[in-house]
Amino acid sequence: MSEKIIFCKGGGCTAKLGAGVLSRVLEKLPKGAPDPNLLIGYDSKDDAAVYKITDDVAIVQTLDFFPPMVEDPYTFGKIAAANALSDVYAMGGTVKTALNIVCFPETMDLNVLGEIMRGGSEMVMEAGGILSGGHSIADSDVKYGLSVTGVVHPEHIYPNNQGKPGDKLILTKKLGVGIVCTANRVQQASEAAMSEAIASMTTLNKKASEISHRYEIHACTDVTGFGFLGHLHEMMDGRLSCHIYADQIPVIDSALDYADEFLLTAGGQRNRNHAGPHVKFENVSFAMEEVLFDPQTSGGLLMAVKAEQAEELLAELQDCGLPARLVGEITEKKETEIYVIGGNRK
Amino acid sequence: MIKINAMGDTCPIPVVKTKNAIKDMEGAGQVEILVDNEIAVQNLTKMAVQKNYGVISEKLEEQKYRVVMTIGDAEDSEEIETPQGESCLPDARKNMVVVISSDTMGNGDDELGRILMKGFIFALTQQDELPSTVLLYNGGAKLSCEDAPTLEDLKSLEAQGVEIMTCGTCLNHYGLTEKLQVGSVTNMYAIVEKMTQASLLIRP
Repeated sequence: MSEKIIFCKGGGCTAKLGAGVLSRVLEKLPKGAPDPNLLIGYDSKDDAAVYKITDDVAIVQTLDFFPPMVEDPYTFGKIAAANALSDVYAMGGTVKTALNIVCFPETMDLNVLGEIMRGGSEMVMEAGGILSGGHSIADSDVKYGLSVTGVVHPEHIYPNNQGKPGDKLILTKKLGVGIVCTANRVQQASEAAMSEAIASMTTLNKKASEISHRYEIHACTDVTGFGFLGHLHEMMDGRLSCHIYADQIPVIDSALDYADEFLLTAGGQRNRNHAGPHVKFENVSFAMEEVLFDPQTSGGLLMAVKAEQAEELLAELQDCGLPARLVGEITEKKETEIYVIGGNRK
Repeated sequence: MIKINAMGDTCPIPVVKTKNAIKDMEGAGQVEILVDNEIAVQNLTKMAVQKNYGVISEKLEEQKYRVVMTIGDAEDSEEIETPQGESCLPDARKNMVVVISSDTMGNGDDELGRILMKGFIFALTQQDELPSTVLLYNGGAKLSCEDAPTLEDLKSLEAQGVEIMTCGTCLNHYGLTEKLQVGSVTNMYAIVEKMTQASLLIRP
């Protein structure tokens, strides 16, 4: 396997189109006749579509694929799959089936593709789902991902925007994987930082989601391409505000160093342009600001949980080894939508 | 002045090249960086601001931008002319919404009011910072329809990326539904949403 994956221009979720550009296009699409069984469509900018089949069962559908952000094909496969599966967990669902989505150059060693798909398939198994097919295209660049179908009880869906004032916000993974991968692309990331980022990106959000089912979750989303603040902005839904405690944000430490070296993605700046006008920083370092806008690949879940249950949920998440933290709380709508308050950490 | 060609480079390469050039310079001086996208300009600007370097940027042509950083008190620094091209700072029009509720501007003489409104919309096309949206309702709905003297300027705004939205109920009321020539038809829900989300509302 001497042939390396051709490194893309911006791997993982940094390759996503900006939210601003996207909503311009989506707004103009013809909608067709409304179907009451479509419980969540793309109008709500949620993580996945949910369609009610019976009163007890709704299917959750999502797909995600992107160019590599790491060199090793097997690792890339795992990350891409974990990222795609995550949307089902963000809806509160259970994974059932998955289909491979593959773009691969005809001239490249097929063993590379085999490794990518092996990584993906292992993740689907770990998710408790079954790989049931796929589609491949000959393309100049490598891209891989999954189309995933899960199920959820129609009354237990996690919307991404139904938080209530008073709810506590919990984030289940560290931020900064986008910046670390970017630093790695220009050979400036340490091995330790890169291993930490890979370990985070190949961790399914399965456990976090399962644990949360026992609590009153009002809103949930997975933090991916639009960055923590971009997804938080969607969660606020134009009718809520929140306080975020910057010193409570779980973050890969080296990401702050790399941000101070300006090893920043285009995606992060697009996120700043999009969500920045809704955010006010007080006493927050430049590096932390960048981490909060950093596009995450296979990021953690961001949950709005009923205040009284927050500590218990947090303890349970931490007990199973997740770097979860209580990062803020939702308030009534205020002049500033997202108010990020700094602390002592640099 | 050191010149860096970062055309075709994606972030963070332009920043990395610039940092290396500044390091090699070992002191004061100027660096000119050419890049092909606005996001790279913004990332370079961010770095310059953090490092307290002087920075200006300008758009030279489609997909060609120039950023000049001044490090320290560069004595031999070339006098930097104010950029003529459009500013590369984040798009400020994001939240500016223009609300036009009549085909006349101001109260008094309607004939004069119509001339003023035509002038207003023309002047709008000439601004450096364009609005994100122009909302047209009641008498304003006439401005986006066939034969309106304001049609060309509204089309020009639309071509520059401004969203032109005309109230459907109003078009219907004036019998103009088939005559809309620019932008899209909208409803009260969308009008209210655009107005509440605006950071700046302009009402002529």
